[in-house]
Amino acid sequence: MSLTKYSVIGQSVPRVDGIRKATGQSVYADDFTLPRMLYGKLLGSRRPHARILSIDTSKAKAMPGVKAIVTGEDLPVKYGILPVSEDEYPLEVDRVRFVGDPIVAVAAVDEMTAEEAVRAIEVKYEDLPTSFEISEGLAAVGETSRIHDYGPHDNVHKQINLEFGDLDSGFDAADQVFDNTYFYSGSNHLALEQHSAVAQYGADSKLTLWSSTQTPHYVHKALASVLKIPASRIRVIATPVGGGFGGKSDPFPHEFCAAKLSMLTGRPVKITLTREEVFYAHRGRHPVLMNVKLGVKNDGSITALDFQSFVDGGAYGSYGVASTYYTGALQTVTYKIPAYRFRGVRVFTNKPPCGPKRGHGTPQPRYALEVHLDRVANALGIDPAAYRKSILVDEYSMTVNHMRVTSCGLGECIEKVTEGSDFNSLRGALPVGKGVGLAVGSYLSGAGLPIYWNKMPHTSVDLKIDRGGGVTAKCMQIDIGQGSDSVLAMTVAEILGITPADVNLICADTDTTPIDLGAYSSRVTFMMGNAAIEAAEKLRKKLFEAVAEELHISERALSEGTESLQSAAGQIVHMVNGVPTGKSSSFLRAVKLAESKFGQLSSTGSFTPQALRGPYKGSGVGPTPAYSYSAAVAKVSVDRETGIVTPEKLWVAHDIGRAINPILARGQIEGSVYMALGEIFMEEQAFRKGQHQFPSMLDYKTPTFLEMPSVESYLIETNDAEGPFGAKEVGQGPLLPIPPAIANAVYDAIGARIDELPITPEKVLAALALQEKGKFPQVGPNKFPDYQWPTPVKIDPVWYDQPPEQWVETRRRDRSKC
Amino acid sequence: MKHSTFQAPLPAERLHVRVNGESYEIVAPVNKTLLEILREDLGLTGTKHGCELGECGTCTVLIDGDPMLSCLVLPVEVQGHEILTIEGLAEGGRPHELQVAFAELGAAQCGYCTPGMMMSSKALLDSNSHPTTEEIKEYLAGNLCRCTGYLQILEAVDSAAKKLHSSQQDADRGNTPESTTQGTGIR
Repeated sequence: MSLTKYSVIGQSVPRVDGIRKATGQSVYADDFTLPRMLYGKLLGSRRPHARILSIDTSKAKAMPGVKAIVTGEDLPVKYGILPVSEDEYPLEVDRVRFVGDPIVAVAAVDEMTAEEAVRAIEVKYEDLPTSFEISEGLAAVGETSRIHDYGPHDNVHKQINLEFGDLDSGFDAADQVFDNTYFYSGSNHLALEQHSAVAQYGADSKLTLWSSTQTPHYVHKALASVLKIPASRIRVIATPVGGGFGGKSDPFPHEFCAAKLSMLTGRPVKITLTREEVFYAHRGRHPVLMNVKLGVKNDGSITALDFQSFVDGGAYGSYGVASTYYTGALQTVTYKIPAYRFRGVRVFTNKPPCGPKRGHGTPQPRYALEVHLDRVANALGIDPAAYRKSILVDEYSMTVNHMRVTSCGLGECIEKVTEGSDFNSLRGALPVGKGVGLAVGSYLSGAGLPIYWNKMPHTSVDLKIDRGGGVTAKCMQIDIGQGSDSVLAMTVAEILGITPADVNLICADTDTTPIDLGAYSSRVTFMMGNAAIEAAEKLRKKLFEAVAEELHISERALSEGTESLQSAAGQIVHMVNGVPTGKSSSFLRAVKLAESKFGQLSSTGSFTPQALRGPYKGSGVGPTPAYSYSAAVAKVSVDRETGIVTPEKLWVAHDIGRAINPILARGQIEGSVYMALGEIFMEEQAFRKGQHQFPSMLDYKTPTFLEMPSVESYLIETNDAEGPFGAKEVGQGPLLPIPPAIANAVYDAIGARIDELPITPEKVLAALALQEKGKFPQVGPNKFPDYQWPTPVKIDPVWYDQPPEQWVETRRRDRSKC
Repeated sequence: MKHSTFQAPLPAERLHVRVNGESYEIVAPVNKTLLEILREDLGLTGTKHGCELGECGTCTVLIDGDPMLSCLVLPVEVQGHEILTIEGLAEGGRPHELQVAFAELGAAQCGYCTPGMMMSSKALLDSNSHPTTEEIKEYLAGNLCRCTGYLQILEAVDSAAKKLHSSQQDADRGNTPESTTQGTGIR
């Protein structure tokens, strides 16, 4: 298959915001000040679970320089990113649920005064029974001791029992059944920029909030609801985000408090979290305890999968209901699974709330499934790469749980990494202490459904051409480092035949830009890209019409295709049968002609994904216009003396559909590998009696330059039928295969199974000690809850060889013959 | 202004600092860090904060050419010394080769660690014009980046080192430097 050559798309051009970032000129939320600006601080709870008996702010109020203090009573409206779990107050009113839960906010003339004032506030608590672990979260507690007063029972927030196809027959048909438990630990995003927001409430009763947020649209919505101000009088501007990874996707207390304090004082208020507060605001990776029961034929083909997840949610809902569904949604989009049961539970615990972190709910089950398949392959004596290739989903098929699979380059991904790493010769053949492991993964190119279900577009792009030839593109999308600004500029430049530098961007501003739901679920390239193409094609049509008139080209010849116009390199060129005739117009000339003919040159393009929901509750989680696919091989060495595992090299192939900018795509792959390595080896949120053990970067260890191995990246271009220029996501998917590839490599190196992340030297040594004693060296969860599951919801599968016609309607952007 | 003294919890002092070749007289509480002085009193917000504990390297500036964590430095300690921040790296409006390389080679994603990373890289190249890969890794290990996985930063520093060296050779020969782009290493 040969891909159409483009002049801008597919080029490794520098990112449009690169030089500003490299010169320190990008202005982040904490970088700007406004006249008369005050500084705000939050007081967080010192108790993991307690009733608030009293809050005494009198000493703080009396301090010179303190301008306003707010408590929960001043903002008594609950919010939450998901409509099903609006369970947070900006400042808790009568009860705190974790150490760090915000209670009071202070605004003062400077940061030091605000800090002093916070220290002078006295809070009296009455402790309540606590729950810190999944097992505790499942236990019966009294009605008054529940962390929240909603959810099916006790501290269970959500329970799910879905059965697709005939599970019993599936297991009956199996020659062997493999059953094992796994645990994936929690971790923080640790974006280097701490959350920060500046609010300004004007005399005109209008509120502006500048915030480091991935989701200005949802913050806008939440501010209106909590502050009880019409959304039309609130403007949210997302500043360049200094790292997101999902950690800035919720509305946060400091945003509401800065706004409220500004309303009370009539002065701008800035609140920037400290690093310690970021660890409490959290919304990071959910710790998940999982059981995988897999039925297979002797040739390895899967007959049934029974998957259970116990998800440690922390103190609030956040994205947790979606996260829990995600631990069960995507197992089916990589392998053919004819019968599948997913059961999941999310429990509330008295710890900082978990939420979405790169891969959102899918790295945990992917780790379990891929290590499990490695076991199966070993037990059946089949090569793990050949095994996976033999059970892959088909392109353009439906899964048993009603996920629509379109383009899929997973087979090619596996070939690339196994060939590149020489996996087949190295596996089982390296000296003891060295090993290779393989795993795969898949992720969404944007959630198929919006958080608030409606039929409106998920994204829109407005374009305007200036008489000087400059093109302004407006979109509410926010660049969080992933390069979405560059995708927008490159897309518009490609269609109009100009350079990205001639495209000026206005982004992430609820007043001036049309909707984009936010930088989450890897949705921006796919969705905004399609909207930008539509908008730019509308403008190009006008330019072509004006040029055709000027050059006396007949409309008929153009519509019949014997003659055509093409835009590239700042020119609109006339062609006959694909050969340039020498007639052309400069882009600037075309703009003037078109504006004379049509008036002001503006256009809008929008994108709404097709309705892809299956016929069951929870089916909104998992569908996407296109899945990306990844495969990875890890090579590790294990020091048998110290238990230290060193990743020596990784090979990662990613089905990106089409790489819009290969250098930026590669950056996403390497960044994903890095983030995964942190989770595998060292980053773990650890608590002692509800107290975060190390809420600082001094003790919360992350990989440095010295821990980063080399990475060989392969971009697999499957030219997706619906993606912009054929593109799919790359920001999150490449993380997924890394943890299981490492775990499988450790097994190849020392014959031990570490079924629990992080893979620490202690666990490796414990496994080796078992090996010495002649026992099977396995370290992992030794207990699994026996949960009283609700009655299963049974859903008939869609037979995956016969997808409904309307679900594979394709809107091929790239009209080249493949 | 935040440094206004009328409610400062600690006494303010008159300080003299030299930053990016310019001299400043400021009045600020003595417990304010150099990072705060740079960002809040001098408006040099290119220098970032990430951890407040000297762990992340985001606030790195050069003091007499050596990389220092400005969140751990008190201005009284550096009076009379030359401080260089990211704003002082471009000369005559022309970005430094490191800045060009970071921008072109994907070494800045979210860009937040970039100024600190850049200052450490500058200190490295000033002291070692031909660093090996291992030397770059070792030198920059105190600067954390959560986006890139470091590899494109490594390439950018390496590329800038080579360009600086060749432009130095060109300058020695009286030629003008020529811009080239390095391959990306993608298969």
